Amino acid sequence: MTERIINIGVTGLNAIDSPGPGVPVIRGLREATSFKTRIIGLAYEPLEPGIYLDALVDKTYLIPYPSAGTDMLLARLEHIQSIEKLDVIIPNFDAELYSFIKLEPALKKIGISMFLPTMEQFEERHKVNLNTFGEKHNMDVPESKAVINLVDVVKTAKEMGFPVMVKGKYYDAYVAATTDQARNYFEKVSAKWGLPVILQKFVKGTELNMTGLGDGNGNTIAAVGMRKQFITDKGKAWAGITIHDYRLMELTRHFITTTKWRGGFELEIMKSSDNTYYLMEINPRIPAWIYLAIGVGQNIPEALVNLALGRKVEPYESYEAGKLFIRYSYDMIVSRERFEELSVNGELENNVEKP
Amino acid sequence: MNTKIQKNIAISDSGFLFNPTTGESFSVNPIGLDIINLMREGRSESEICTTLLESYETESVMIERDLHDFIHMLRQHQLLENNDGEDH
Repeated sequence: MTERIINIGVTGLNAIDSPGPGVPVIRGLREATSFKTRIIGLAYEPLEPGIYLDALVDKTYLIPYPSAGTDMLLARLEHIQSIEKLDVIIPNFDAELYSFIKLEPALKKIGISMFLPTMEQFEERHKVNLNTFGEKHNMDVPESKAVINLVDVVKTAKEMGFPVMVKGKYYDAYVAATTDQARNYFEKVSAKWGLPVILQKFVKGTELNMTGLGDGNGNTIAAVGMRKQFITDKGKAWAGITIHDYRLMELTRHFITTTKWRGGFELEIMKSSDNTYYLMEINPRIPAWIYLAIGVGQNIPEALVNLALGRKVEPYESYEAGKLFIRYSYDMIVSRERFEELSVNGELENNVEKP
Repeated sequence: MNTKIQKNIAISDSGFLFNPTTGESFSVNPIGLDIINLMREGRSESEICTTLLESYETESVMIERDLHDFIHMLRQHQLLENNDGEDH
């Protein structure tokens, strides 16, 4: 009897300087011991590097941007499903999660499972709602306020005191030391990510990160702590090390229990000089540094797929502190024909035997 | 003054220290490693001074001063016990 291959669609193939998590997620799926898989890349742009990684991605389809609306996305996924018979999709972008969460029942009907946060979890953890989230779930969060115009920016920044963080609703964060800087960053961030923009009280301290997986019933399936060791000019970790911080782990378990978190996540924590652990952000998806967790024995993408398929998953109990990930960039040589095929036809099969 | 190194600090023979709570790592020279090993044995500051005086040709006042500075640095980097309630 042959083992059934699990067909998995994965987004976030943009392994660039501000990388999407797709490629490391796929590496985890390729290393899974509980199933074999065929990987279908779902890309927004033909230059997303993961598309051309033959050893990782079997075939890629272009999909419409979230701004095109969920109907367009569903129609495209229905077409892909008619060919690929996907079992699971793992969306990896903040900006697309709303659409995928909304489409979860429709996709389930056509045979595609996901393991995403509920819409309520997704909304309440939003940066805009961080203060309310902290109060509701008894977690320390820095004072934050959503602003929609320059008058509010100046007023709020002055009330909070400088420096102040200016954050986009999905990505980007800048430290503003003056009113002028706050104004400029507001313009920059709102032009890129739209409104509102979030102003947040600046917390001085050490940034710690946690990735994990909740089963939706309050149980922690996986949790790995990391401290960034090398940060790019975009604030992304280019190297990091696993840590064992007791209070960070307690905070994570509390987060999963109190929210009954469903799916993968990343917590961004600032440990202040007075040893308060401030929850700065909750990213409701697997982070780009996920391969570090896989490297220390917690294959979160594999566990997530098994949860999506309704299989029983045993929680990971431990991992080693002191393991590093060190990222690198790598130039692929790609024929114009392959690029053309994806650009024109919207799909590209890798590993096709050439005549 | 407490001079106990936190139990969870990984210390290699090469003088490389890793704090698994904070993710920070440090390198100490051979004398620093000697001091840390003496601290791990539970020796007090004055006992460590005496031992170092037996091994190195220098004045006690200099050893005391350097040792004090070194311990201060270890504390600053949260490598000693009872530092901000960090040990568990």
